[in-house]
Order: sequence, then C-alpha cells, then structure tokens
Amino acid sequence: MAAQLHWMGAAQAAAAVRAREVSATELVRAHLDRIAALDGTVGAFLEVMADRALERARRVDGLLSNSDPGPLAGVPVAIKDVLDVEGVPTTCGSRVLEGYVPPFTATAVRRLEAAGAIVLGKTNLDEFAMGSSTENSAYRVTRNPWSPDRVPGGSSGGSAAAVAAGMAPLAIGTDTGGSIRQPAAFCGVVGLKPSYGRVSRWGLVAFASSLDQAGPFGRSVEDVALAAAVLFGPDPRDATSAPVAAPDFEAAMARDAAGLRIGVPWSFLETGVDAAVMASFKDALRTLEDAGARMVDVSLPHLSHAIATYYLIATAEASSNLARFDGVRYGRRADAPDLASMYGETRDRGFGPEVKRRIVLGTFALSSGYYDAYYVRAQQVRTLIRRDFEQAFAGCDVVATPTAPTPPFRIGEKTADPLQMYLADIFTVPASLAGLPAVSLPSAPAGGLPVGLQLQGRLFDEETLLRLGHAFQQRTNHHRARPAGLA
Amino acid sequence: MPRVTVETVEHVARLARLSLSPEEKETFARQLDQILAYAESIQSLDTRGVPPMSHAIASGTFREDVPRDARLRETALREAPDAADGLFRVPRVLP
Repeated sequence: MAAQLHWMGAAQAAAAVRAREVSATELVRAHLDRIAALDGTVGAFLEVMADRALERARRVDGLLSNSDPGPLAGVPVAIKDVLDVEGVPTTCGSRVLEGYVPPFTATAVRRLEAAGAIVLGKTNLDEFAMGSSTENSAYRVTRNPWSPDRVPGGSSGGSAAAVAAGMAPLAIGTDTGGSIRQPAAFCGVVGLKPSYGRVSRWGLVAFASSLDQAGPFGRSVEDVALAAAVLFGPDPRDATSAPVAAPDFEAAMARDAAGLRIGVPWSFLETGVDAAVMASFKDALRTLEDAGARMVDVSLPHLSHAIATYYLIATAEASSNLARFDGVRYGRRADAPDLASMYGETRDRGFGPEVKRRIVLGTFALSSGYYDAYYVRAQQVRTLIRRDFEQAFAGCDVVATPTAPTPPFRIGEKTADPLQMYLADIFTVPASLAGLPAVSLPSAPAGGLPVGLQLQGRLFDEETLLRLGHAFQQRTNHHRARPAGLA
Repeated sequence: MPRVTVETVEHVARLARLSLSPEEKETFARQLDQILAYAESIQSLDTRGVPPMSHAIASGTFREDVPRDARLRETALREAPDAADGLFRVPRVLP
C-alpha cells in the first residue's frame, strides 16, 4: 500500500487514517514527495505549504487516540489560489496582489480543516479565474498531466491537474462559467459545480458575484460527494449562502440510476462538437441507459445565446468587483505623483491582458448609453435561459451534454483569439447562468485525451447528479485510468 | 451595432481607472468589436416583459444589525502599501 499512497482516493484515505492503517503524516508526506517529484513538470502549485501541512497532519494523528478527527481525517487537499488561508499569500494568479497575505481563512477551507483535511498548498489558475486554459496566470504554465503540450483547462487548471497527477486526492476550485467542470473534463477527473449559494464564499476573491461558486475535484464521485457534504451549508458570514442543509449523498449513491430521466438537448449539440467528443458522449449515454436511466429529448432554445449573455454579465460584474484592486489597501502600488495616475498605473501594471480586456468589456456594457442594450438585455436573456431549464426539468431529472466541445487543446492554440477561447465554454455557461448544479465525469477518452460528460440538475439537487454519476462509475473504468508516465 | 474604436476604449478605460498602452488600446478595440459583433445575437430576441435576472436564487438572508468590535483596523492596515496614523496613505489627490 505504501508505494501507492498518492493514488488513494479521499474516502479510502480517510477510512485508512481513521482505522489507523496509515497515518495522516505518512499520507501528507507521500503527497509532498509526489509534488516535489512532478510539479516542476506539471506546474499545478503556486505555493506548497509543507511545514504547515506536516504540523497539521501530526495534530490529526495525535487526535486519533481519543477522538475522531472527522470525515476527511488526514486527507490532503489542494486549494485554488482565490481562496484565503490565513498567513499564506493569496495571489489570484495576478501580479496586482503580489505580496498579499490574508488575515483570515475562507469558510470553505475552514470547513475542510475542521473535518480533518490537510491543506497541501495553493494551486495555479487563470488570473482572477478569468480563462479556460490556466494560460492567463501571471506566474507559471500548468501542463495537462495526460499530455504536457496541452492545457489542463481553466480557470481551476492547477487544482484539476494536481488531482489528475496524484499530487492530491482532493482539490477545491471555483466555477463562474465552467472553471471547475471544464478542467475536470480536460484532466480526466470529477469536478462538481454546486448550485449557486451551496458553498460559502466568505474568503473567496470575487470575480462575478451572481455566478461564482466553489466546489470539489476528486478522482471519483464518491470522493467528491464526501468533500461536498463537508463544504455545503449556510454560513452567517455570506449572505448569499443558501439556508439549505447538505443532502445525504451516501444514501443517494446507494440507489441505482433506474427510473431517472435524462434530457439531452440534441438540437443544441448539432454543430460545433468534435466527432470524438460526440462519440464519447453517446457511449456514456448508452452506459446510463444500460443502468436503467431513460433518455428524453429536451429543447433549450435560448442556449445558443448563453455565451453572449455570460460574457456580458460576467465581465460587467468583474469590472465592478475588480475596482477594489487600486493600490490603496493591499497588493502592489505603482509609484505615481497623484492619486488618479497611481490608480491607472497600478492597475495597468498589475493586471494581465485578459483581465484588462474583461474590465474594458464589462465597463462598456455598464456604461451610459449601452447599459440597457447590453447589460439589462443580457440579464433578460438569462431569465429566458433559466426558464428553458425549468421547462426541461418538467420532463426529466438531469440534462446531459458533453462538458466541453473538444478534447484539451494545445498550449498557445487559442491565446491570440479571445472569442475562440470564450466559445470553449459553450456547454458549461448555461448551468452557471441558471445557478444550477453540474458535474463533469470522465467518459471514454479521445485518442488518449480525457473527455468529460456533464450532468446538470435542478437547483439544490446535487443528490441526483451524484447518484447518477456514481451509477456511471460503477459501470465504467474511465475514472480509474491514470496518465501514462505518471504511475 | 456600435463600432468599437480606440476612442471608445480610451473612454471606457478612463472610467475603469486603467492606463492602457497605445498597442493595448488598438488590440482591445479590434477584439471588443469582434466580441460585441458576436454578442449582437441577443438583440434579435424578443425580451418584452421579461424581467432581468440579477441572481440565481432570491438571496438575502439577513442578520441582526448589531454593532460589534471587529478589531480589524491594524490587521487591515498591515497589508496596505502605505499607511500612517491608523489610516491608508495615498499620493496627493489633485495633480
């Protein structure tokens, strides 16, 4: 067992620690060794907190003799660097926050630690979570563990790559328009974007406040469910956290898929989907049908407007949220003789091109003369998209699509054309706009590259998603495949 | 559809307190024009009577409005690029 500690799943690891078959310290050490051996190549981490992790692991080991450290006892976890951990720099992948050390820990991280999890480090991301490839990080390139010349997806690319490479059994990401699901698909792992309001955002740096949601990555649905049960629940510090308790995922997963109705928006999938991705998707649907689920055709007529709607709303909110990075309260400040030029210079030097592009687009959509035609209209279309889902869910329990229209693309392939990069989010932005939960699961690979199946559910019905996802993984081995050369 | 020019970008960048280089202004004007041309599709939809959706759930859990001593001043100032006398210090306001 000791040789393969880094491929142990979260549920298995927590059980082994609680049964004292392996110590939290051994587990953490195995993952730190793995990071030391691989991360020079993969580039998943921005900061590894080895001393802090080992100290906490020893504490968990100490607790074991007279109490239960919790459902995630000793489980190493990697945190996307938009969530604060007290005393550890938060960069958001941006130069503008260089040197910033938060004085508090995000609620999501506190909940994980209170359940016995051990934070290993902070993971790489597109600057301020804006991107679909992690190429917008100001600090480093993250490579896809399955194919080093390809992107891991984004914006939570570091978290997804860490889990795929066996550097952490669990990781936390954030998803505004697909930033958990798309990297999960590209890296061959499971990624859950919970319903809007499920996970507290206290201590999470905001990108687009009506869309942002944090959620877990793991290598199995079972592991993701374990983390979700810990993360979910209201937080008095976040007024947008929903007053809804976490469901009983174990009971849900014990039930099979029989009787579930899966809606597929076939007309929406007619164009723009890579042939190998479509083959993988159809193969996954056949498996679900074999598991007793029933397929129904659903119509979501406004989804063709989802990308336009999303990029107007998300950038408008971002332009407002990012106003706070002005060189006054934290991070870097550019030298300038007066206040206005200090703001301008600090922001020009601190932000990278994609963040500036989105601030400019979002400010434009909110500016006098364009506000109604762009921002308000996009919000109205958002209502139409939500209604599409409501109608669809009258006749089905889950809506399935591929997670992304293509397998992972090459590093540099889309950086020159922002619109092409945005179009890569076509299947993930609709659930974000509607606030719905969605999960990406590994389906059959395409030419050795991972592909994801996306299941979208009703508001607060993560239970059905994980129930169906678990039934899928009981019948498939795609989630058990490991990147070649990273055994 | 409005054409995005370098002047549009300059105006918006000023609103957003963003100094941009001449190259950035030109690139952004070209790219934003392209993005807005793509986004033009939503103008064709009939949205009469459709309420705008600003949040995914009707949020707003309220807490009691009770003052408490957060003892945050020193902690907050610790991260400031420049601070003095318990306050953030900035360059002069008038150029």
